[in-house]
Amino acid sequence: MTLKRLAQSLAALGLALSVALPAHADKTVLNVYTALETDQLKAYQEAFNKQHPDIEIKWTRDSTGIITAKLLAEKNKPVADVIMGVAASSMVVFDREHMLQPYAPQNLKAINPKFRDAASPPKWVGMDVWGAAVCYNVAEMQKQGLPRIESWKDLLKPEFKGKVVMPNPNSSGTGFLDVTAWLQLFGEKDGWAYMDKLHDNVAVYTHSGSKPCVMAGAGEFPVGISFEYRANTVREKGAPIDVIFPSEGLGWDLEALAIVKDTPRIEAARKLADWAATREANELYAKNFAVVAIPGIATRLKHVPNDYEQRLVKNDFAWMAQNRDAILAEWQKRYANKSEAKK
Amino acid sequence: MTRRTLSLPWLGEGQTTSERLSTGLLIGAAFLLCVFLILPLGVLLMGSLFDDAGEFSLVRFIEFAATPGMGRAVWNTIWVALVVTVITVPLAFLYAYAIQRACLPLRGVWRIVGLSALLGPSLVGAISFIQWFGTQGVLKSWLGDSSVYGPIGIILSTVYASFPHALMILVVALATADARLFEAAEALSASRWRKFVTVTLPSARYGLISAALVVFSYSVSEFGIPKVIGGNFPVLAVEVYVQVVGMHNFGRGAVVALLLLLPVLVAFIVDWRIQRKQQASLTARAVPYVPRPDWRRDLPLLAYCVLVSVAMLGVLGMAAYTSLVKFWPYNLELSLTHYRYGLAEAGVLDAYLNSLKIAGLTTLVGTPFIFLVAYLLEKNRSGPAWLRPLVQGAAALPMGVPGLVLGIGYILFFNHPSNPLNGLYQTLAIMVIANVVHYYTSCHLTALTALKSIDREFESVSASLKVSQFVTLWRVTLPVCLPAVLEIARYLFINAMTTVSALVFLYSPETLPASVSILNLDEAGELGPAAAMATLIVITCALVSLAYSLLTHFLFRRQQAWRSPSR
Repeated sequence: MTLKRLAQSLAALGLALSVALPAHADKTVLNVYTALETDQLKAYQEAFNKQHPDIEIKWTRDSTGIITAKLLAEKNKPVADVIMGVAASSMVVFDREHMLQPYAPQNLKAINPKFRDAASPPKWVGMDVWGAAVCYNVAEMQKQGLPRIESWKDLLKPEFKGKVVMPNPNSSGTGFLDVTAWLQLFGEKDGWAYMDKLHDNVAVYTHSGSKPCVMAGAGEFPVGISFEYRANTVREKGAPIDVIFPSEGLGWDLEALAIVKDTPRIEAARKLADWAATREANELYAKNFAVVAIPGIATRLKHVPNDYEQRLVKNDFAWMAQNRDAILAEWQKRYANKSEAKK
Repeated sequence: MTRRTLSLPWLGEGQTTSERLSTGLLIGAAFLLCVFLILPLGVLLMGSLFDDAGEFSLVRFIEFAATPGMGRAVWNTIWVALVVTVITVPLAFLYAYAIQRACLPLRGVWRIVGLSALLGPSLVGAISFIQWFGTQGVLKSWLGDSSVYGPIGIILSTVYASFPHALMILVVALATADARLFEAAEALSASRWRKFVTVTLPSARYGLISAALVVFSYSVSEFGIPKVIGGNFPVLAVEVYVQVVGMHNFGRGAVVALLLLLPVLVAFIVDWRIQRKQQASLTARAVPYVPRPDWRRDLPLLAYCVLVSVAMLGVLGMAAYTSLVKFWPYNLELSLTHYRYGLAEAGVLDAYLNSLKIAGLTTLVGTPFIFLVAYLLEKNRSGPAWLRPLVQGAAALPMGVPGLVLGIGYILFFNHPSNPLNGLYQTLAIMVIANVVHYYTSCHLTALTALKSIDREFESVSASLKVSQFVTLWRVTLPVCLPAVLEIARYLFINAMTTVSALVFLYSPETLPASVSILNLDEAGELGPAAAMATLIVITCALVSLAYSLLTHFLFRRQQAWRSPSR
């Protein structure tokens, strides 16, 4: 009896505590989960609202890992209507869990076929490419008399012992794209052999793809394996780094957009998906990324070379998705275990 | 001490109204703790018992045991936590002793500085230690050849971060003492050391053990620090993060979370056993002890306080300094650009206001609830047999639950389509509740420590005078425990201002808190703005602490007059 009354009063308390969302009578509120940077969001939202003033976007922004975990945890009752600017490798995971609604945006045929889901209609459509880059602190290079870096193989030189930082592929998408790139570039056997030797030089495996470049910029460790957007912004902020694109080829992933299955706001979601595939939107992406989904849009980043797209390795997303668990387990076995034994 | 051994049918006929009321209240509290703590955790941990196809199996545990390096992670977690406990508790005890049992000038200042590590997110310590001792650090040479990335960094940062948690409990434990014992010792011409060992230490025993448990559990469950400064040193809390956030493997994350709960289980048993032996140090006939000036004791203690304070402020100072330099360590020109950027462009102002709201509500909801539950547990012996261990266990549980685990448990439980409390999800209310639950244990122990120092005779007397137990609570117990209550309120406010781990999964676009935006800024490499925002939070918390002290000063004068013998 007491329990029942308590349950009732608890429910009443819950209702009273719930902060009701402000009602928007004439506007559709679209919940968009994203891993894009805050400053990028503003520009995209303004441009989108110019065309669709009747749709209000509510962003939930966090790092790729957290947003992906959050979406997976909410799987039974999704809050998000659209997932925008989240890694294609995460989209593959969502797809495996049947969380995505296939949709072909109006401008789909303009999109580079390499940068979208192969299914028709596609489950997700790419927006832009983020790829590997190495941040090399030139101030520390001169101070410590370190050699130049042009290729991935250069990182194996004994002078770099304990001076390289890279993201842990188990916790960072950037780390995973590096590992898959090496495996695809050098082949399975030589790829692991390369990482074995690199491991001897790695000081720390970080849990974020941005951190290695930030650490290189602050001179904590002179060499940071990171990605080009972060390299560009760290450099812009005045860090004494060179942004290096190793000659053998660069690993990459896509930032992509997908509609969440069974969203009650499907019309508005489609409008956002349509807009995200337009040329106008791609021109906005190009302000931050060297390669975008529509070919031939050229606003280049200051510290990224013009032929960046040619330097990307051939990426097989299906292969990556299929072998993801096996690759990560192998990595864990080889490096997480003995990482402590060395000084 | 009289203890009711007669077993009464709970809510039965033979009880007084106030007994029935307090049993009912305790059952209500147990119900709330079940809904907001045990069920969400249960839902998450259930995940460890099912394989990918949703069938019951132990495959995740077998997988876990087979994963290379896991044994090492378990061992690392335990030995680091032990080292941190062995360092932190004596440091904090001496500090608390200096504050409470010596005549130091500026006592309030030492106290605030001692608690200063609470004022910022736990990340601040780790970032600041990297800047002091890292490759570019001024004090790098102090570490010799070893790198700060690894066990040394984790231990340093965790000692720094857990110090105030221990201090808070120990300050309360040493707040009251019976002067008659010291007089007796004096009359027997006991040495200073002997008095310390035979009078001071035993009376603070419960506080010491509580503090050790809190520090140990803090070290086990903290994931922000090893993530930032841990290098390649594997510990379990980071392993949860890697499994859930990196590999999206909730099942294996649940296995690791389950392992993290083991130390807490041990802690609970220890706590429960010792508690039964605890006796009130402040009996109804006690005379409050007031230290007299004695330079041979006060001077070394003052030096110690200054030393600890300098170290503490050095950590916060480095963060403040980082927020002011243009680009650390290559451009050390001072400027306010990071503050402008953070507030204007990164949208931290809204987040800051959200944080204030969350922290305020957490304090208002959490303080009365936690104190009342502790009171009912301590002063009430009626009710069914399962009730008290259940509430006690639930109160001890949060200290071993990493916020990350709690946050994901909340999503899985409250966002489940068939949960009637579904509407709570994505609201400010759920963040407030998560905060109260997450920081429950320390507050609970503080309240218990204070309550235990009051003789139960007060209740017996009021019972014989036919005064309701709750009148005694209001007239005697609450005023006596006011320092502890205020301490709890401050602790909740400050932690709610600075916490990240549980909230990172629970916020919605309207309720983004400032501490999460700091984490995002740091991830993005915006070290300056991150430090700037952290500094703002530290200043806010410091101001609140200060206003608090001033406001309560008057209150103390009036209500705590009994503490001074010259009444």
